[in-house]
Amino acid sequence: MSDPILDPVRFVDERTAAAPLLKKSLRYLFPDHWSFLLGEIALYSFIVLIATGVYLALFFEPSVAQTVYHGPYAPLRGREMSDAYKSVVELSLTYKAGLLIRQTHHWAADVFVASIVLHLMRVFFTGAYRKPRELTWLIGLVLLFTSLLEGYLGYSLVDDLLSGIGLAIGYGVLLSVPLVGGPLGVLLFGSAFPGKGVFESRMYIAHVFILPALLALLIGAHLALVMARHHTQFRRDRRHTERRLVGVPMFPGQAPRSLALMFAVAAVLFLLGGLVQINPIWQWGPFEPWLGTNGAQPDWYLGWLIGALRLMPSFDVVVGHITLIPNPFWGGVAFPLVVLLVLGAFPWIERRLTGDRSVHNLLERPREAPNRTAFGVAFLSWIFLVFVFGAADRLYVLYGVSYETLLTIFRVAIWVVPVALFVLVRLLCRELAHAERVEHEREVAEEEAASQETAMAERGEPVI
Amino acid sequence: MKLREWLLAAATLAYGKRARARSKGEHDAQASPDAREGPASDARAGDGAAPARIVPPGPPDRRAEHLVVALLALAALFAAGFIVVYAVFSPTEVPNQLLGVCIAGALAFVALALAVFGRRLIVTEEIEEDYPRESPQEQREIAQLVHESASRLTRRRLLVGAASATGGVLGLAGLTPVLSLGPLWDTAPLDASPWHRGRRLVDTHGYPMLASDIEEETFYTAFAEGANPDDIASILVVLRLHPRELHLPAGRQTWAPYGILAYSKICTHAGCAVALYRKPRFPVVEPRPALVCPCHYSTFNPATGASEIFGPAGRPLPQLPLMIDAEGHLRATGDFSGRVGPAWWGVREGST
Repeated sequence: MSDPILDPVRFVDERTAAAPLLKKSLRYLFPDHWSFLLGEIALYSFIVLIATGVYLALFFEPSVAQTVYHGPYAPLRGREMSDAYKSVVELSLTYKAGLLIRQTHHWAADVFVASIVLHLMRVFFTGAYRKPRELTWLIGLVLLFTSLLEGYLGYSLVDDLLSGIGLAIGYGVLLSVPLVGGPLGVLLFGSAFPGKGVFESRMYIAHVFILPALLALLIGAHLALVMARHHTQFRRDRRHTERRLVGVPMFPGQAPRSLALMFAVAAVLFLLGGLVQINPIWQWGPFEPWLGTNGAQPDWYLGWLIGALRLMPSFDVVVGHITLIPNPFWGGVAFPLVVLLVLGAFPWIERRLTGDRSVHNLLERPREAPNRTAFGVAFLSWIFLVFVFGAADRLYVLYGVSYETLLTIFRVAIWVVPVALFVLVRLLCRELAHAERVEHEREVAEEEAASQETAMAERGEPVI
Repeated sequence: MKLREWLLAAATLAYGKRARARSKGEHDAQASPDAREGPASDARAGDGAAPARIVPPGPPDRRAEHLVVALLALAALFAAGFIVVYAVFSPTEVPNQLLGVCIAGALAFVALALAVFGRRLIVTEEIEEDYPRESPQEQREIAQLVHESASRLTRRRLLVGAASATGGVLGLAGLTPVLSLGPLWDTAPLDASPWHRGRRLVDTHGYPMLASDIEEETFYTAFAEGANPDDIASILVVLRLHPRELHLPAGRQTWAPYGILAYSKICTHAGCAVALYRKPRFPVVEPRPALVCPCHYSTFNPATGASEIFGPAGRPLPQLPLMIDAEGHLRATGDFSGRVGPAWWGVREGST
């Protein structure tokens, strides 16, 4: 008798002996909490990025050779521009569904990085990075920083005015790297910026192949490590312990939910791509190194770097007449490096400070680790304030506070606010935890009292 | 003979099933109340022909099934709508919003169908299992394996040294072709400048600039005549101040004929174009005229040799010495006062 499920399974197992593994994966357990979906949102955004990106690559021309636009968009007609820019303008305005796919790709990139950052915060504030998951945490961090570079290269490829300005700044930051910056800039661009056009094709292969392959590899390693040690879980009731995992199996319970999330993420991204305009490059015009524009803002995930570049006081490290460390190094390289190193070393720093070397499968709620939570909030607020200052010129337009005043305020605030928040959050966490303990003690006492009363009543003693 | 074999097989199977049902029953007893049906049905199945259930049973829900079908139909409708919209409109008139709503609607209804399917038609059992543990035995055995494998070696350190050295050199050899990407350790292209004595300034259309065309209160972009306009060392910002207002650094008294000044337009901070010129409308309360870079708001005072007065830039914009020739055209009398664009390790500042 034929069985539509058993037959193919048997076919596969007879040829691969994979049935035990397959069965084990189908019954892999997922503990349940809404915040565990943030990483999945990043994964599904990545899938949308790959799908839309492959389509875009069929139309994009990675060349800065000059050409003249003769398409339907009147304001640019007759303008000299690069093949790259022209191909994106044409994709956006002349090819059916081209704009939809391009905008969805752009939105997916923004959501991808956003969900990674939120996922990182979830993992940090619940202590999920602790032993035995430090490697998963490190790979996640590398993933985040690779995504930033990938996104930056993606919108730099277009060669519109905004992306050209971004690339010029990237070149300035690259040049500022001590010792190797200048030669490295010449090596990569083939000459001084903007170079002779070799950088465009190099950027292209990095954006469509090298970095996506690296990202896919890192995502694979990240997930493999998660599965090797299984998910962490919250202690919802007595069944959840450090040794025992409670969860819904991949199949049948988790699969439809996760697939539903995938389709929902794709739906939201395509809805954004269809309805909410993002980076209308035909309005920016082609890049020329002598052009600049006020109010230019990068994609959100680079805001913290532009903020750091703007906040830095004016100085180059100079000895005699020789520059050693140019200014952009501090905001563009040192600042993100400090963030990466602090986050990367945090599991080990915490272990040193707390002396806790044991394996943890149970998550902590933020209030249960006041020092970690307070530090996390302070550190985040530091980055967040720098990020906000990246849009200080917009704040000036919105609120009328002069840029100079904002600069002074933020230069103080980025140091004062984190310290204040550290003290405040630690206090808050301790109070919350304390209140919970008191509540718990009262409940226990009341239960005891009640049982005593019934016992006394049963023995016929008078109840006091 | 055959019958005996069959009986034996059946007995073994039945025993195995019962044993599995027992151990599963223990598990499920600790598990959530959702899984209560598990042991009962397992026990029933133990002596019958049907295999023991793995997934606990649940009641059918026909309304949910119909709902899922309806949602899938809606998804198909939206997907078909996408195809119709794509086909009906001409390339320049196809409404992006409608395309987006169609495809997003299709995806959203599939998501909803899956959500209903997962919530109401699939049993969501909660199961317990042990977290994977480390294996000290295997750890020791791996170490032992490696140690014993190397027991015949006497010059271990020498071998390790030789292997690492070879690996290093081989790795370097593998990386060497990367150097063909560009000149190695060469910063000469960063120093290159098209400016020399006598070179004319041209405007964005390539026409030579007349000194008499340069007015106060505004600024102009200029290039070296015949140079590549994309070469950042070629790009200038030209403006005119009243000669009385000028306080140029020592040695530059002749660089600004009739108050006409030329600076590199590329910001010395991060390489953007210094594309803003701030001209006070009411000088009493508003700040001095200044060249401003819109990227990080580095601000330079054109009256004092474009010295930095605000923002992150660490050095002034390089100034180009100017003269006016017999036809009234602007010409350079030499090269810039410093390096153009963002700085790098080892760049020499000051006059060249």
